[in-house]
Amino acid sequence: MRFMLLFSRQGKLRLQKWYLATADKDKKKMVRELMQVVLARKPKMCSFLEWRDLKVVYKRYASLYFCCAIEGQDNELITLELIHRYVELLDKYFGSVCELDIIFNFEKAYFILDEFVMGGEIQDTSKKSVLKAIEQADLLQEVRNPPKRPLWTPIDL
Amino acid sequence: MKGKSKEAEIKRINKELANIRSKFKGDKALDGYSKKKYVCKLLFIFLLGHDIDFGHMEAVNLLSSNRYTEKQIGYLFISVLVNSNSELIRLINNAIKNDLASRNPTFMGLALHCIANVGSREMAEAFAGEIPKILVAGDTMDSVKQSAALCLLRLYRTSPDLVPMGDWTSRVVHLLNDQHLGVVTAATSLITTLAQKNPEEFKTSVSLAVSRLSRIVTSASTDLQDYTYYFVPAPWLSVKLLRLLQCYPPPEDPAVRGRLTECLETILNKAQEPPKSKKVQHSNAKNAVLFEAISLIIHHDSEPNLLVRACNQLGQFLQHRETNLRYLALESMCTLASSEFSHEAVKTHIETVINALKTERDVSVRQRAVDLLYAMCDRSNAQQIVAEMLNYLETADYSIREEIVLKVAILAEKYAVDYTWYVDTILNLIRIAGDYVSEEVWYRVIQIVINRDDVQGYAAKTVFEALQAPACHENLVKVGGYILGEFGNLIAGDPRSSPLIQFNLLHSKFHLCSVPTRALLLSTYIKFVNLFPEIKTTIQDVLRSDSQLKNADVELQQRAVEYLRLSTIASTDILATVLEEMPPFPERESSILAKLKKKKGPGTVTDLEEIKKERSSDMNGSAEPASVNASAVSTPSPSADLLGLGAAPLANSAPPPSSSGSLLVDVFSDSPSAVAPLAPGSDDNFASPDLASSEVVSEEPADTVHDADELFHKFVCKNNGVLFENQLLQIGLKSEFRQNLGRMFIFYGNKTSTQFLNFTPTVICSDDLQSSLNLQTKPVDPTVDGGAQVQQVVNIECVSDFMEAPILNIQFRYGGTFQNLSVKLPITLNKFFQPTEMSSQDFFQRWKQLSNPKQEVQNIFKAKHPMDAEITKAKIIGFGSALLEEVDPNPANFVGAGIIHTKTTQIGCLLRLEPNLQAQMYRLTLRTSKEAVSQRLCELLSEQF
Repeated sequence: MRFMLLFSRQGKLRLQKWYLATADKDKKKMVRELMQVVLARKPKMCSFLEWRDLKVVYKRYASLYFCCAIEGQDNELITLELIHRYVELLDKYFGSVCELDIIFNFEKAYFILDEFVMGGEIQDTSKKSVLKAIEQADLLQEVRNPPKRPLWTPIDL
Repeated sequence: MKGKSKEAEIKRINKELANIRSKFKGDKALDGYSKKKYVCKLLFIFLLGHDIDFGHMEAVNLLSSNRYTEKQIGYLFISVLVNSNSELIRLINNAIKNDLASRNPTFMGLALHCIANVGSREMAEAFAGEIPKILVAGDTMDSVKQSAALCLLRLYRTSPDLVPMGDWTSRVVHLLNDQHLGVVTAATSLITTLAQKNPEEFKTSVSLAVSRLSRIVTSASTDLQDYTYYFVPAPWLSVKLLRLLQCYPPPEDPAVRGRLTECLETILNKAQEPPKSKKVQHSNAKNAVLFEAISLIIHHDSEPNLLVRACNQLGQFLQHRETNLRYLALESMCTLASSEFSHEAVKTHIETVINALKTERDVSVRQRAVDLLYAMCDRSNAQQIVAEMLNYLETADYSIREEIVLKVAILAEKYAVDYTWYVDTILNLIRIAGDYVSEEVWYRVIQIVINRDDVQGYAAKTVFEALQAPACHENLVKVGGYILGEFGNLIAGDPRSSPLIQFNLLHSKFHLCSVPTRALLLSTYIKFVNLFPEIKTTIQDVLRSDSQLKNADVELQQRAVEYLRLSTIASTDILATVLEEMPPFPERESSILAKLKKKKGPGTVTDLEEIKKERSSDMNGSAEPASVNASAVSTPSPSADLLGLGAAPLANSAPPPSSSGSLLVDVFSDSPSAVAPLAPGSDDNFASPDLASSEVVSEEPADTVHDADELFHKFVCKNNGVLFENQLLQIGLKSEFRQNLGRMFIFYGNKTSTQFLNFTPTVICSDDLQSSLNLQTKPVDPTVDGGAQVQQVVNIECVSDFMEAPILNIQFRYGGTFQNLSVKLPITLNKFFQPTEMSSQDFFQRWKQLSNPKQEVQNIFKAKHPMDAEITKAKIIGFGSALLEEVDPNPANFVGAGIIHTKTTQIGCLLRLEPNLQAQMYRLTLRTSKEAVSQRLCELLSEQF
């Protein structure tokens, strides 16, 4: 995988993870371009598209788009399920995750992604292993997370 | 509204940044918690899209802390913000080293993640030697092994030369046998990446991968516990193992090979079993494995039985209700089509694929269908496939038209048995999608006709008939002009296509054509002089007319002068020798194929060529297209100067010496012979008289943008005219736009009698604009003689919608003074409009669909000009939208519709203008799917009335 983006229906970037060194300027340009392309697509369209020299796999959960750019040989369907598994992990961790969780606990969203995917490849597909790692990390924290915020639009699973 | 909140956000953020900066700079040392808090805030601000240029040192401090939370935030900051800032990396190297050596798995994990996240060469230099040791050490925890494997993979991708192969590689291969499936998954990724470049070193992984795969696919769905995903056992690992096997040919060991075949058969069998769950995740995971297995089967290309089964399976998916599966089936079948074992099996699905082309609602799926039709095409079905593609072309999305044109042209050429079919096909292409027929395509048809004498008569007859149409595409005029010039004699016996009729037919198109086409037609005329001496005087009269001999365009003028002279002084023999029929073109790869390869990337086109080995050896090669202006006159290109007389000083940009004082050619008039007088402030149609004198170039080298907004706005509804004029310099524009592309000619006229030196015009785009508008210009000659004019071409591509205009900055020395001026270049969003006609019902339906308050922008303003309905109409049309009559219930109102084309998207726009004569006011309403577009169009159009 080359990179992963999370952005809202309104075109606000919520998370970006790059697995290949990319200049900031190019990142901005790619993000803007890709958001435009994906947001313009209609609901029933297929989840894959060719974009530049990459394949893009995306899926919308409630107000958030999860979007992965993969290379020519990579498997589209398994990438779609990688997105789903990530959403499941977020959901399990936050308990019915919503966009606000990802905005206000962005560092957690990154940590979970890091435990799950590294260097663009999946590190562990077991939900238990990933969450165990995150929980262990949380135990090391002196203060537990602040109480959860009200849920606005839960990401539908 | 949006602007305000954005402004407020920036204000709020700047305040916070100032606060954090003062905390960091303050005398009081911050405790770890506060430091963490502020670094975290910086990170949040960065992720909102703002630039952060401090806090790195504090993050480095946090990272070196022993407290986990501080360390974690420090690492996160570095991972997110630092790409390859080498100085900073040196600072954190030590902390990372300590963490790697700490034997604390959590700290080791953080360090490995950081190395992988930064992933730079410096990181590889520092750690590429260390990580393999961690990876294969017996006492390393599983989770650390996983991170180490992927970290190494990441470093190997960036700097393969820095990762030393060695003893550790064989131990890594054995991780495929590890008990922990997470470790196996990570190791498989690493091995696949390494094996791609060092297949020998990792050969032993094949048998291990096969046995691992076999254990997974035969396991019951609950065996693998948490690695079972929606009843599918370890789908990620299965996909990865199948990928790894694609680095190698089929296993040599018969036992391993047999076991692998069993695995693949099991996977194919499972596809036929009823699903264990209705959830889409179940079928996706299952099919992910299936598609990867099919990829492996195609890669091996050795088991006909498996290939045909794969093809049948994909055939089922072609009609699946899931769009994703249809897409993937079409894509995967494309590669199957190139295998000799399955090519025939793929062809049986032709009707389904054609149907997909007609009914799929998603353009990316239709695109796949076109690709597959192209891949499955052979001599037996070429006529059907070409016919279907032509059919589809009539309604195809703009984004894929050019590619379809190329594909049709290639197939028609490659599988033509009867070349009349080929000629018909290409002419159809031009008729249906003339705008998308690139030069390569029409060069190619000419090359083929020239090389095959059995089709020349037919081609002449067919183009002659096609040219009868009252409106034909310019590309047809080019092909027609060239072919009749070479082979018009073959049909001249028929009184319906006598020489004079042929000539008149071509000449009736002449004035509507662009300069290169007119140049080509002039060459046709001189060839006619040779072919048909009886119409020589008619042609000479045409060549002699002012519109030719005094043509504003140097190339046309030159051709007219030379051809006229040639026809007068040369004897028939010389004429016949000079204008002899074109010799056959040398055989070469089709330039169209080269173009398609370039467009699609090499891998996607070649397989058809190389694997099927059906090279049409009877077809002929191509000549490189040479542009009309090229001075290399001997190239046998259809548009090159035929006579070789043209190495004359007139070539290219140097203006011809002129006797009259007015050297500035009027580029704005439609009549090519008009020459604009050059008295300053003279009353030509374009520079408004009050304007010529109002602008004074500052003698100081000050760089102020001439705020000639009034002039700028004049160009919103028209494309040609004078953009700027003062006592020294006149800048004229002539531009054309089509879809999201445009071309602008800028003419710089020196009004003085003194040379301009170091003349440098530069087109400047702001950072924001750069990403939405691609502008390409060529530098111009730095010396502009007194009274002379130079031309600069700007090629324009609109990538996405944009607000501002580019700035044209011009610097030069005049006499002893340095001149520096800037004007806004009128490239505005509305230039990329395509008008759309629609009925009243459609209009109001769409109007209602765009009722979201953000989509509408309205402006009420006072009329600045007399309120004349006809002028208003002309302006709306000039603006680029269609003017829809009888749509608005109130006949005094104006409504328009159109589509803004950008590279990335198309935006439908509706507009309504309501005049109020009594109050001398207008109300303008714009509705588009994009707020920014509505806003910009409304601004631009409001200035017009």
